[in-house]
Order: sequence, then structure tokens, then C-alpha cells
Amino acid sequence: MLAFIIRRLLQAIVVMLTVALIAFTLFRFVGDPVNMMVGIETTAEERAQLRQDLGLNDPIVIQFARFVGNSARLNFGNSYQFKTPVIDLIADRFPATMELAFASALLSLLVGIPMGVYTALHRRSWLSNIFLAASLIGISLPTFLIGILLIFLFPVTLGILPSFGRGEVVRIGFWTTGLLTASGLKALVLPAITLGLFQMTLIMRLVRGEMLEVLRTDYIKFARARGLTDRAVNFGHALKNTLVPVMTIAGLQLGSIIAFALITESVFQWPGMGLLFLKAVQNVDIPIMSAYLLLVAFIFVTINLIVDLLYAVVDPRIRIDARPA
Amino acid sequence: MKFKTALLAAALAVASFAQPAAAVTFRFAFQGDLKSLDPYSLNETFTHGVLGNVYEGLTKRDRELKIVPGLAERWEMVEPTRWRFYLRKGVKFHNGEDFTADDVVFSATRLHAPASDVKTRFPADTRVLKVDDHTVDFVTSGPNPILHAEWDTWYILSKKWAEANGSAQPQPQAGQQMSYAALHANGTGPFIITEHQAGVRTVFKPNPKWWGKPEHNFDEVIFTTIANDATRVAALLSGDVDWADPIPLQDVERINASGNAQVLQGPELRTIFLSFDQYRDELKYSNVKGKNPFKDVRVRKAFYLAIDENAIADKVMRKAAVPSAIMISPLLFPLAKDFTRPKADPAEAKKLLTEAGYPNGFEVTMDCPNDRYVNDEAICQAITAMLARVGVKINLLAQPKAKYFAKILVSGGYDTSFYLLGWTPGSFDSWNVLANMYRCRDEKGAGGNNNVGNYCNPKMEEYIKQILVESDTAKRDQLIKAAYQLGQEQDWGYIPLHQQALAWGVSKKVKVVQRADNQILFYWFRKE
Repeated sequence: MLAFIIRRLLQAIVVMLTVALIAFTLFRFVGDPVNMMVGIETTAEERAQLRQDLGLNDPIVIQFARFVGNSARLNFGNSYQFKTPVIDLIADRFPATMELAFASALLSLLVGIPMGVYTALHRRSWLSNIFLAASLIGISLPTFLIGILLIFLFPVTLGILPSFGRGEVVRIGFWTTGLLTASGLKALVLPAITLGLFQMTLIMRLVRGEMLEVLRTDYIKFARARGLTDRAVNFGHALKNTLVPVMTIAGLQLGSIIAFALITESVFQWPGMGLLFLKAVQNVDIPIMSAYLLLVAFIFVTINLIVDLLYAVVDPRIRIDARPA
Repeated sequence: MKFKTALLAAALAVASFAQPAAAVTFRFAFQGDLKSLDPYSLNETFTHGVLGNVYEGLTKRDRELKIVPGLAERWEMVEPTRWRFYLRKGVKFHNGEDFTADDVVFSATRLHAPASDVKTRFPADTRVLKVDDHTVDFVTSGPNPILHAEWDTWYILSKKWAEANGSAQPQPQAGQQMSYAALHANGTGPFIITEHQAGVRTVFKPNPKWWGKPEHNFDEVIFTTIANDATRVAALLSGDVDWADPIPLQDVERINASGNAQVLQGPELRTIFLSFDQYRDELKYSNVKGKNPFKDVRVRKAFYLAIDENAIADKVMRKAAVPSAIMISPLLFPLAKDFTRPKADPAEAKKLLTEAGYPNGFEVTMDCPNDRYVNDEAICQAITAMLARVGVKINLLAQPKAKYFAKILVSGGYDTSFYLLGWTPGSFDSWNVLANMYRCRDEKGAGGNNNVGNYCNPKMEEYIKQILVESDTAKRDQLIKAAYQLGQEQDWGYIPLHQQALAWGVSKKVKVVQRADNQILFYWFRKE
């Protein structure tokens, strides 16, 4: 088991280094950071000096080594735009993205699972057909369009719910939360729906598929034969067995919700990390871009690692396979 | 009936509950961030505009952009090279410190610190001398009639505060240390920043001890960045913000029709123009080899006449632009009215090209930004089509501003043959335009640093030198006029296109003052 964990950890480190290399090389070719940092009237000598100070004239290998070393210590340098440490900016934005991501994940589970169960149990009912048709829309419409449609429906036309932002937030230690104020909760509704809609339809279809599969198995037939109530069969036996793959997918999807929240954040001007990243791309703010990419890679790698380890705990076959021959 | 009454009562209760003894909050949104609160670290219109509500300069500009007293009550020229400023007494910084001559001397030194991005506010060789606690002398190396022209955005910082918080220098761009002044503000102005989350939101409260008489009626002002165009428009329409900028041209009619808000499209000071590489012996991006067609004044004039600016202003800009005959806004130069833009004349253009030896035109690449100015790429596309009529084939290279500026400006070695750019003179004065774009320059940009195509004429150099030291306004204006005539009507060195319009979306509940320099000074605004 220990060997398995160590091997997994080593793999994770390789992945992180690769992402670091990609991030680093990619950003060497996105515009000229010096130009974005200064005004139009800055002279050539001042620009050259700045280049020197930033270390942009050093050999690439040295720049990369410095980059990895600093990143490992969470030192991502100063943002070119804000002149403040990147890690502070990200720490500032992190709670916003996390609250949005977890609200969406929760929403997609709380709505997606019941809808999936319903459509599996009542395959031919008209409501199931409506759910399935609606889920197609959820899967095929791009996020930004859903967001804009919601904005024009609720805040602009009906005059309810705020059109952008996070509302009033309360600061608890380093964490800022919008969950404790009325305006913060209101502001969360539309972005959470926008971000969670895709996951919701995905989970609904997954639950439906798994349920249909499980309902055909022998032990369900046997349970029915024993005369158990529908309720006990459907929820006690069928749904429980369905949830294992659902939880895996939901866990993995959490990573992508966090990473791809940036589109939703941009539409709703949600002050999270994704928005910070988008602005950084427009302004060639390389320190923020690389920090964000590394952070997202880190989140993915960590979630994958945890899922892998949990699998090993749950499923002994993996442990046995992983043992060196 | 009873039900209706109950409903009415409930509605009334809600209505009265929703309106407590109303605190007036003004909310505004801009596409970009308020990047730094340090007024010396970024030379950007929006940042300077917002900070103008918090910090003040020795002079200010009024609603018509005239120079008026700020932290200096009055000033005089003791000698042609010595200006004396008498400081306002009893002014306090937001933290309670007194404002004195020491703060002015300190701010002058800080302005010329290496990391400062606003060094152009006055020449570096100007000596700033404290006479007494409320008098400061500025000694210039030569006569300089426009010494204080840019001082409305040279904000005075408190010496004690800056030094106590490790911010005696502006934050170096590459530095690792934290800059206190980039995240906190301590000015003398009508508003105090009480909360600032970089790139998210900034909260302002009125300064009860301000020396002036407040014209606004705000209890609180909240700034938010809204980068997405559609979201910004939606926020204005739904009343979530009272002021939004910029409004995309295609949304102007919808907002005006909404009844909640309107779009104010006053003329802006920035001039959008085209120019050409007129110094290389061979163009870098053209099919003409061994010579540079743009060195021939007939070709430059032909390009000018081939382009129909009225059509661009009408169609591409949807009338939100004023065609310009010279390289500066008519609001900034009183004699601008003496210039008229020659009408587009493709036939004449074709004739000039033939005379110059290009009867079938030629091919050249045009550089254009696609996210910097209003409809910049669309303007370039229109110009491509117009030049095609006289046989010139343009290969359009439209890029995001990050890549575009890196290519065509000094850092990219002025790597262009034909380009589109915009310019606002920071001093609101023609000398800035002439010095930046009509002086000869070398490869490193010494001289006319933003003279990308390197227009160069010894006679023009002479004019520019005279204009710098001429202190008689009428004579100076005549000199400037002569310079523009030379640059425009004889040399055709630039093709000025237009001044684009501002695009402020403003709620009907708010009364604003829209100044042509696009600064949002909300201490003049009022909300119902």
C-alpha cells in the first residue's frame, strides 16, 4: 500500500512539473509584459531596465529553475497589474470561487439525482420526457449564453436578483463569505445555476442510466420477489448501488467546476480566481497566469490522488494489482 | 375587498420598509480594474480619474478643462524660469496630518523616482524649493509656459505617511516587496477610500473635513469592475449600477430607449490616426522592393484622399465620432477651426499614385489593434476596402493590444509599415503632440518617442523648439498653427481620422459632469 501511495505521489509530481513547464514556456510567447506594465510615454531605457530587473534577459533554463523554486515556496512574484503579491490576490479570490463551485456542485447533486431517479422509474411519463429534453438543452447550450439569458430574464426584465457580483460579504478570518447575508445569497443564485446546469444534466443522465442498469439485475428481481416495498427496493437497494459511480464522477467534476468557473465568473463579474485569470490573460500578467494554472493543476492532481487512494481502500483488486510482481 | 386592502397595506409596509431614511449610494462600473491606488505607478486615464476624487494636485481643471487652483491657492511667475506657488492653508490629509510645503517637495522627488510612471508631469531638471511652510518655488532650466499643464493629475502625497509606511518610492514594477501605497490612499480630496479589494471593489466615503464645498450628495460610492460588455449593460439597465463605461455602440439605442438610463456621447480628446513608415529605405512589409513609396509625399497624400473619413464616422462609428483635420482635438487648440479636412477624392488619389510611379498601386501590410479603440479593427477593414478602390492592396494584421503595441512601438523596434494609433496629449497642449509625434527620432526612440513612422523635417524641429519657450499665448498659437500646417498640408505625414465619442451609460436618476478627458470626477455628480 505504501509503495502504491509513493508511486502515485511521484506521478503527481511529474504531472505538476510538466504543467509548470508548459505554463512557463507558453507564457514566454504571450505579448511583451514590459509593455503592459508601463504607460505609453515610458522611454526605451526605462523599459530595458525593467526587462533586466524582471530577469527577462536571463537564459530560459535559469528562468525556469527560478520559476519552479519560487512556485514551490508559493512565491509567485508580484502581479504586473496590481503591484501586489500574486499569492495575496489569489487568497483573496479563492473563497469566492470555492463558494460558487460548492454551491453549484450541491445544486447539481440535489436536483440531478432526484430527476435521474424519477426518469429511471417512470420512463414513459410525460414529465420524464420533459426532463430529458431539458437536459439536452443543459448539455448543449454554452455556459455564457445560459448566463446572459438568465441575466436578461431575472434582473433586467423581472427586476429581481442582482445582475452581477457577490453582494455583501462577511469576513471570517482569511475567508470571506457571501452565505451569511441576504444579498450574498441572492447574488449566488444565478451564477450557481449557470455553472451547475451542465453538471446537473450530466448527473441526471448518469443516475438514470445506472438505475436502469441496476433495476435489471437479479438481486433487484429477487428483492421484488421477496415482496419488499417499491420504496425499499428502489431507494434501499437500487439507488445505493447506483451512487458509487455517481460519487466518483461528481468528485472528479468538482475539479472541472473550479477550473471552468471562469466563464461563469466573467459573465457575472463574480470576483473569483477565474476572473482574475481572464483579466491577467488580457493584460499579459504572467505571474497570475502561471500561479492560476499551477493551482488548478494542483487541485486536479490532488482530487485524482484522493480518488485513487479511496478506490484502493474500497476495491482490494487495485491494491493487489499495484503490488510489484 | 378585505383581501385587496390587506394587500395594499402589505405593499405599503414593504414600500416604507424598503426606503429607510435613504443613504445615497452611487455605484459605478468600468470595464477595467482600478489597478493601483498609488497615483505614481500607472499613467492611465481611468486610474487618475478615480484617484482625482481622493487625491489632489496643486492645480485642478474645472468642468471645461480650464486650469483652476487646487492645493495651491494662487501662483505667479517671479522670473521667466521661477514659478512661485502659494499653498492653501489649513488643508489636512485624510489621516489628520497637515498639508505643507514639505509634502510638495517630497511628492516632486517621488515623481521622478525610477519606478514612477508619471515623470512627464514636469521636466526632471526642475528644482523644487521650499520657501516657507506654505510657499514653494519651481525653478526651470529654461522658460516653460506649460509647466503646470499636467498638474491636475500630479497628486500630492503626505511625506510622513508615505515614509512611515515604506512607500517613499513608488512600487517598483519588478519588486517583491509589498507596496502599502498601492493598496491604501491618504489624500486631501473630497472622498476617502475606506475599503479596497484590488480588481474587485472599492468603497469611498465623503471626507467631512474637505477644504472645499461639496457639490455631490453621496453618503457612499462603490466602484466595481465589470469586464463583460453584456453584463455591464445589464447592470445599468437593471439599476444595479448608476454609471457604466464604456457602452458598446450597438447597445446605445437600446439603453436610450429603456427609460432607465441614457448614453452620454460627448467628444473625447483622443485622436485616432494613421501613419506610415517614412524613413526606412525599403518598407519591411510591401511588394515594392528597393525603395519606400511612403517617402514620396504624393503617395502619402494619395492615401489621405483615398480614405473617406465621413463614411467611417457615419457607418463604422455609427456617428459616435467627429472627423478631425489635425492631430489634436479642436477642444484643445483654439485655432483648430482654421483647418478643414480635405474631402475624399479617389480620382485625385489615383492620379497622384500614377504620378508617383504606382499606376497599379502596390501591396502593403497594415498593423491594427483589435481591442484598444472603439471599433478599431472595423475601421481598418473599411480603410482596406477604400484603398483597394485606388489599387492599393492592404494586408490587414489586426492583433490584441498586448501584441500590437509590442510590435509597433519602441520596444518592438517600430516594426511596421502602415499603422493605426490613438493619442491624447497628457498636458492637453499641442506641444505634447508635436514633441511626441513630429520630432525626428533615432532607432532607440530618443526624440519623438511615439513618432512610429519617423516623420522628420528640420523646419518642424525649429517650430517645436520655439513653441516650447514662447510664453506669449497668441504668438505661441500662431506657431503651433504653422507647425500643423507644415505637418498636415505640406508634408501629409499623418492621416488624422477622428476623435471617438465617449460612451458613458448613466442612470436617469443621476446628474453627471462629463469632461472631454474622460475622467470620472464624481464629486460633481448628484443622485436623486
